[in-house]
Amino acid sequence: MNVKMIGRFLAQIIAVEGVFLLPALAISLGYGEWDAVTGFLYTLAIMAAVAGVLFLLCRKAGRLFGAREGFVCVSFSWITLSLLGCLPFWLSGRIPGFVDALFEIVSGFTTTGASILPEVESLPKGLLYWRSFSHWLGGMGVLVFLLAVAPSSGKGSGFTMHLLRAESPGPDVGKLVPKMRQTAMILYIIYVVMTVINIIFLLCGKMPLLEAVCTAFGTAGTGGFAVKNDSIASYSPYIQNVTTVFMLLFGVNFSCYYLILLRQIRGVFKDEELRLYFGIAIAAIGLIFWNIRDIYSSAGETLRHASFQVASIMTTTGFATTDFDLWPSFSKTVLLTLMVIGACAGSTGGGIKVARVLLLFKILRRNIRQILNPQKVQIVRNNGRPMDEKVLSNTNAYLAAYVIIVILSFLLISLDGFSTGTNLSAVLACFNNIGPGLEAVGPTCNFGAYSAFSKMILIVDMLAGRLEIFPMLILLSRSTWSPHRQK
Amino acid sequence: MDIIIAGGGKVGLTLARQLVAEGHNLTLIDRDSHILETAVEQYDAIAVLGNCASKEVLLRAGVAGADLLIAATNADEVNLLCCMTGHGLNKNLHTIARIRNPEYADQVMTMRDVFPLSMTVNPERQAAVEIERLLRFPGFLRRDSFAKGRTEIVELRIGKDSKLCDVSLSDMSSIVKCRVLVCAVLRAGAAVAPSGNFVLREGDRIFVTAPKENLTVLLKNLGIITRKVRKVMLCGGGRVSYYIASFLEKDGISVQLLEKDHQRCVELAQMLPKTSVIHADCSSQITLEEQGIGDCDALVTLTGMDETNMVISLYGGSRGVPQIITKLSRGENSSIGDSMALGSMICPKELCCNQIVRYVRAMGNQTGAAVSVHAIADGQVEAVEFLVDETTRNCNIPLKDMKLKPNVLVVGITHGTQTQIPNGDCVFTQGDTVVVVTSGRGVLQRMNDIFA
Repeated sequence: MNVKMIGRFLAQIIAVEGVFLLPALAISLGYGEWDAVTGFLYTLAIMAAVAGVLFLLCRKAGRLFGAREGFVCVSFSWITLSLLGCLPFWLSGRIPGFVDALFEIVSGFTTTGASILPEVESLPKGLLYWRSFSHWLGGMGVLVFLLAVAPSSGKGSGFTMHLLRAESPGPDVGKLVPKMRQTAMILYIIYVVMTVINIIFLLCGKMPLLEAVCTAFGTAGTGGFAVKNDSIASYSPYIQNVTTVFMLLFGVNFSCYYLILLRQIRGVFKDEELRLYFGIAIAAIGLIFWNIRDIYSSAGETLRHASFQVASIMTTTGFATTDFDLWPSFSKTVLLTLMVIGACAGSTGGGIKVARVLLLFKILRRNIRQILNPQKVQIVRNNGRPMDEKVLSNTNAYLAAYVIIVILSFLLISLDGFSTGTNLSAVLACFNNIGPGLEAVGPTCNFGAYSAFSKMILIVDMLAGRLEIFPMLILLSRSTWSPHRQK
Repeated sequence: MDIIIAGGGKVGLTLARQLVAEGHNLTLIDRDSHILETAVEQYDAIAVLGNCASKEVLLRAGVAGADLLIAATNADEVNLLCCMTGHGLNKNLHTIARIRNPEYADQVMTMRDVFPLSMTVNPERQAAVEIERLLRFPGFLRRDSFAKGRTEIVELRIGKDSKLCDVSLSDMSSIVKCRVLVCAVLRAGAAVAPSGNFVLREGDRIFVTAPKENLTVLLKNLGIITRKVRKVMLCGGGRVSYYIASFLEKDGISVQLLEKDHQRCVELAQMLPKTSVIHADCSSQITLEEQGIGDCDALVTLTGMDETNMVISLYGGSRGVPQIITKLSRGENSSIGDSMALGSMICPKELCCNQIVRYVRAMGNQTGAAVSVHAIADGQVEAVEFLVDETTRNCNIPLKDMKLKPNVLVVGITHGTQTQIPNGDCVFTQGDTVVVVTSGRGVLQRMNDIFA
């Protein structure tokens, strides 16, 4: 394994993180939040030290960089990012427990939005900003960002494909344009532009600037950290509706936006995943609207809450405008189902992804037909194009791994003695990067009551969910660490 | 005309035979000296040995003064290059290339400016078109259309329980209740031009001219059940199968395609989303039963082996499949089929040759020339389509007063959009399309040839 190369990547990642920490520091300075300022400064010092040591140690790195290095690099980047990113909370003393601070920032980077804080409004503005910004950075991926800004060296730069594949969600990741750097740039430009538009819309609704920025970050990364204790509930219906629309938009595969930019709009509307995504969203809104019709005073309000919650859960954002834990059990089950399905592949959302669900159904259909007529040769298609068998078997393996991890985590955190509903929804909410679950981890509650051990389990779940399981599982595989490269 | 044929395969040699018979000067190019030797012994032509796409060989074959180059080697790319090179050497050269690969099928004709081709022929696609036309009107063994599809000559077999069995032609109109005309009868392998008191017997194959809109009435009144074809089984996964399946998919007909080779199955399944491709040996009866041959509306046998096709078709017939179409690679074999229930027989090679011969004839004489020529009744009778123009003699004279050649029969006159089955009072007017049948081969070159 090319350890030195990975070390260099990590140093670069840390540098990027350090740079992004500066706006948060500036905000804290501006508001005169001295505890936060000290936290940020200590963190920056530690980052500089770690990055410097890594640079020195890994000066002479070989060029060999395969799939194994790519995956390990992605996993380590995220772990490092989280370990260093949590320091401002811990060193400022605002979150005294290290595991709690780590939970908070992992929840941020993985765009989960699950919090251990009972109330956030008293937090220094700089830390609030950093919390929300971690969503934005984690949404599109920090390595993708690095790929967009780092100069691509000529020879052997094809290895970056492994990074994109490991960090971007979806069963079948590909480049948009021949050059990796441009692909990453296009993704980030679309991302930035959409975030800015979101901020403008929020400002039109008379939202204060910092709150608008933080909310837009939470929406764009489909994260879910809000700056208010009651999430989005106290804002005007206009802001809630804007957020609903933008959550749904950020749950769409970003290559669709690229196709729209290329004016290939027809292809976008024919995309099976997109149709299913909106189909599921509309169906879920309809079902919940019908189920909760007696709870709210007007149909408009019912529709607003139903659509906001559906968009929030399906795109795995995790904002809330109302305590959906008080809804009838049918509505809660619909939301729980949406948690598992998740958003589109290639978006900032989590979950199994609509594309995978679609593929899984097609595989199931094929296998049933295969039983009835074993001699029939059948091809699974996506948007009319035949799918590679390798993608299909990966999708099956993904589902298996998904189920195993959910069951194991569920088992382990049950030791804390909470109710089954709480535990299951906590695992699903963390693993699918949503945030709030049901009952004791519902939208008005938080994860603070869990033990440090359970929090660690949930942290791993969040990372595994964001990186789509395999990069994390690879760390556990012995062949990853064996010194002899497989011939 | 001076014609060069590149490629001495099945199509090339069949063409050579026909074109020499029609009096053209023929040069044959091939890379195989044995093929050339036998060809020159059989046909009155000269041979050039070499690669037909090379300039030197083409010049040796006299491309500079030739009128037409037909490229029919087994490689599409060579055919294309051959025509392009030939056209580069002689701007007045007409070129015909055989292009069979489905991947090229669309691009060649849409890129006329780039590929200097007068015509492309695709035997497999043409066979598929023909088969699809048959499937749309189950009951006819064969259909030939004239006058832009307004007039048809269809082939029917008189079975034992047919309503036409032992009926004289003059009584036929009372049974079919629409204007049709029997223009030829094939009895015991010989074509007969029937008169009014001719009595049809079991086993006859009759060729009936009818306006297209009368076809359904004809089938209905003859008691031939025309259930719309809903389920078709294709045996063999070659190019013809691919084309048919893609046509039928568009018509919304459910298609089952049986193919032995797994790799080919996967390819077909990828190209044909709605067809159910089955990896199985279609020559096994158990397989056919498993795949439900009993409830198919039509069976088309398209494997590479004529004998396999025949056996499967016979089995299909015994299982009561309403419509059976058999592909034969060798046209000679079709005479065997007369004695068996093989259904319609399609020979891609012959379809393709007919198409080229039609082009050559149309090229040969520009005014009053035959618009199209179809060989029917096992090639013993020709149906020829003409356009009546200012040079046509005997315009506006009733048919009964015209003196026609003895073996010529006028079977259809299309005036505007209306097709008429002619009687003695009909006249030709300018702009009409006339279909005549004749038992003499190649004697009708232009319209005026029909008059005595």
